[in-house]
Amino acid sequence: MPPERTAAPVVRMAGIEKGFGSVLANREASLEVGAGEIHALVGENGAGKSTLMRILSGMFTPDAGTVEVFGRDVTGWSTAEAIAAGVGMVHQHFMLVPTLTVAENVALGSEPTRGMLLDRDRARRDVEERSRTSGLAVDATRPVSALSVGEAQRVEILKTLHRGAKVLILDEPTAVLSPPEVQELWGVLRGLRDGGATVILITHRLDEVMEISDNITVMRAGRTVDHIRTADTTPAHIARSMVGREVALAAEADVYRPPARGPEARPVLEVRDLVVSAHGRPRAVDGVSFEVRPGEILGIAGVEGNGQTELIEAIAGLTLPTSGAIVLNGADVTESHVRARGDAGISHIPEDRHRRGLLMDYSVAENLVLGQQHRFQKGMALDRERIARNASEQVRAYDIRPTDPALPARALSGGNQQKIVVAREMMRDFHLLLAAQPTRGVDVGAVEQIHDRLRQARDAGKAILLVSAELNEVLALADRVAVMYAGRFAVVMPREQASEDVLGPYMTGAQREAA
Amino acid sequence: MSTAVQQTPPAAPETTGGTAASALRGRLEEALLPPIVAILAAMVVGDLLILSFGQSPGAVYRLLLEGTWGNAYGFGQVLYKTTTLTLTGLAVALALRAGLFNIGAEGQLAAGGFMAALLGLLLPAGTPWLLAVPLCLVAAALGGGVVGAVPGALKARFGAHEVIVTIMLNFIVLALLNWLVAAHLHVPETLHTPDIRAGGVARLGGIFTGSAANWVILVALAAAGAVWFYLFRTRRGYDLRAVGLQPDAAEYAGVRVGGVWMRAMAVSGALAGLGGVNFVLGYKHYYEDGFSGGSGFLGIAVALVGRNDPVGVVFAALFFATLSQGGLAINAVVPKQMVEVLQGVVILAVAIAVPEVRRLLRTRARRA
Repeated sequence: MPPERTAAPVVRMAGIEKGFGSVLANREASLEVGAGEIHALVGENGAGKSTLMRILSGMFTPDAGTVEVFGRDVTGWSTAEAIAAGVGMVHQHFMLVPTLTVAENVALGSEPTRGMLLDRDRARRDVEERSRTSGLAVDATRPVSALSVGEAQRVEILKTLHRGAKVLILDEPTAVLSPPEVQELWGVLRGLRDGGATVILITHRLDEVMEISDNITVMRAGRTVDHIRTADTTPAHIARSMVGREVALAAEADVYRPPARGPEARPVLEVRDLVVSAHGRPRAVDGVSFEVRPGEILGIAGVEGNGQTELIEAIAGLTLPTSGAIVLNGADVTESHVRARGDAGISHIPEDRHRRGLLMDYSVAENLVLGQQHRFQKGMALDRERIARNASEQVRAYDIRPTDPALPARALSGGNQQKIVVAREMMRDFHLLLAAQPTRGVDVGAVEQIHDRLRQARDAGKAILLVSAELNEVLALADRVAVMYAGRFAVVMPREQASEDVLGPYMTGAQREAA
Repeated sequence: MSTAVQQTPPAAPETTGGTAASALRGRLEEALLPPIVAILAAMVVGDLLILSFGQSPGAVYRLLLEGTWGNAYGFGQVLYKTTTLTLTGLAVALALRAGLFNIGAEGQLAAGGFMAALLGLLLPAGTPWLLAVPLCLVAAALGGGVVGAVPGALKARFGAHEVIVTIMLNFIVLALLNWLVAAHLHVPETLHTPDIRAGGVARLGGIFTGSAANWVILVALAAAGAVWFYLFRTRRGYDLRAVGLQPDAAEYAGVRVGGVWMRAMAVSGALAGLGGVNFVLGYKHYYEDGFSGGSGFLGIAVALVGRNDPVGVVFAALFFATLSQGGLAINAVVPKQMVEVLQGVVILAVAIAVPEVRRLLRTRARRA
């Protein structure tokens, strides 16, 4: 229990239990947060942080345990009741109406009216006023569809404050922000805290925890395992608490290691003047040219939504480009089909394993041949024996748990799911690996393992194109760093010149140079 | 200062129970619970209906069972109806596995029956059985398959929604067949064609003599086996189910989603088309306008209650065939429309209520 707590806690959760099917997401989870503090809720992915917060915000009803807010027992309340009591949650995936303006979105659900009509002026004035007082800069009259991800997040926070939130819950808010935007967000949160509000921040990034929080609750495997004052602890201690054993901290072990020998001259992948239209944007990728050579990792940094997804999908063959060329080992593959590209030597770790990378209802064994199912045929039938043999080999090699390859992918944790994807794409006979957000939502131990596999592949002479929203990941892996902004490469530089300070301005579009 | 509240071994979210045993139990629960609950719900509604007609539920259910499973003729009729419903149920289930809702089984069934009859009329009278029957089966599958492939192709090429297209095609196909028979092929004063000259399939003999049950039931059972093997053992089945579950993941895996749609709809139509053989080759030995009589639509219910599983479809077909035949048996004491109400309740219960019921049972079990 952290000392120097003066008043009674604002939020007190005790003995919380919550199961989904046969999986227990929370068991004996507890949390205490006081007024005027920024509280970090940390834990590996699948530790039950989001579930606990959804119980607090009324989205889920706990199977057991009690929830008290401002001293009142509110166990099992609804989201409407939570909002009315001043508890608001900003989700990882925004819940905004894209066709409405910022003001309309903020007012939605508590619209000011004049007679029977919506009082748009008042809605706009309210939002502008709140934007000024909170420091969340937004243009109230713009439609949400025209906003960047960072701006949309500010609107979400504004909306929550507008509904009178005194307890603000933020779920992994920095995943979609550039470094300067993160600093801006910290400023806003500190302002809210100093005004007496309570902020609960779900995160798995220790640097953020140390920087912004006052107190920390650590969760592991659904339980609350530690409760610490930030001033009294170290990142190493938090990490040990999260994982339950001694771990090499990302900052210490996971540093950039240059390849033993330089890349060969002849490129594996050449991309020339590529233009891709997708998701309603005619030039999501707006004329990009680059090469990736054997034995090097080209890392693309940048805030998400600047064309990285479309670029990778075009190279993988999932979207046909509007113009430009994609050349693999000297052969033009711009028009060829996904499977043909795979057979020609492209491996692809997709950014969204739940949507693309895995069939959640298929077994681990079946998922371990996804995309290569045509290589596991015996006549028309699938060669179940080889699929099973392959599965037990990969499960062992990548330490996938639980080890039963007959389980559906859905039953595994995020980290183990991602290991399936990585194992499968590494077992191809590939020349080029497209690694999009390869460690997203993966726990600390698995991150290390996946990073090591990528470096090994590079040292074995593979060409790797890495896309990551985590600047640290790009800096830990890439031999050359590009920053993508508004569909273009804002800059490409050797690893030696790159750092967070150098890349930051390119990521926000404040700076760009012809690449 | 930090205080460790709890010491736990590092583990992913824990699953309750042993994996293999609980997986099997879960699968059985998944497969059996919904239909059983649905049938129980239907029985309660049935009781109330029967009481409202002033009859005793026990007596009416006994009558229903005696008229279906209680005597050879009735059971033969049940088997006959099961045959058609199995094939239309398989057709709908296979399409649903690919994520497509085939409402067109009715038209595909009629087209299949018509093509089988047409070939049976064209073949010379002396064509050996061993040649004529397979040819007629192929004709039926082709007839239904072509009608099914059209919505598949339109969806793959233009994104036309298969529900709309299959509904429209039902009208077009049924009207076209009606015109062909009425204007060109009918026996005067009737709406059916002359007897086919080749390709007839024998009725089941022995105790079933007199009922419509015939050897086409083996085609239906073989089709169920083949669909099971296709879906769960072949590479194309792997691709097809992937498209149905997560089209984006299938696309990532190099599956041509449009191609799977076309193939699935063609095979679905072919299965429904084969259902037409039951009436044409096995029962009447001619094509009659309107013979499908809703069996294509009932296939949707069969697939739903059978949980899109070929084995489940066979049992669901047997159940719906029993209800349908039973309706005739109880007609003397209550309106036979009552069984249609019961069918509706079963479908509704499976579609809506059952997942809720199951969730309720689960939470109860854990709290107890």
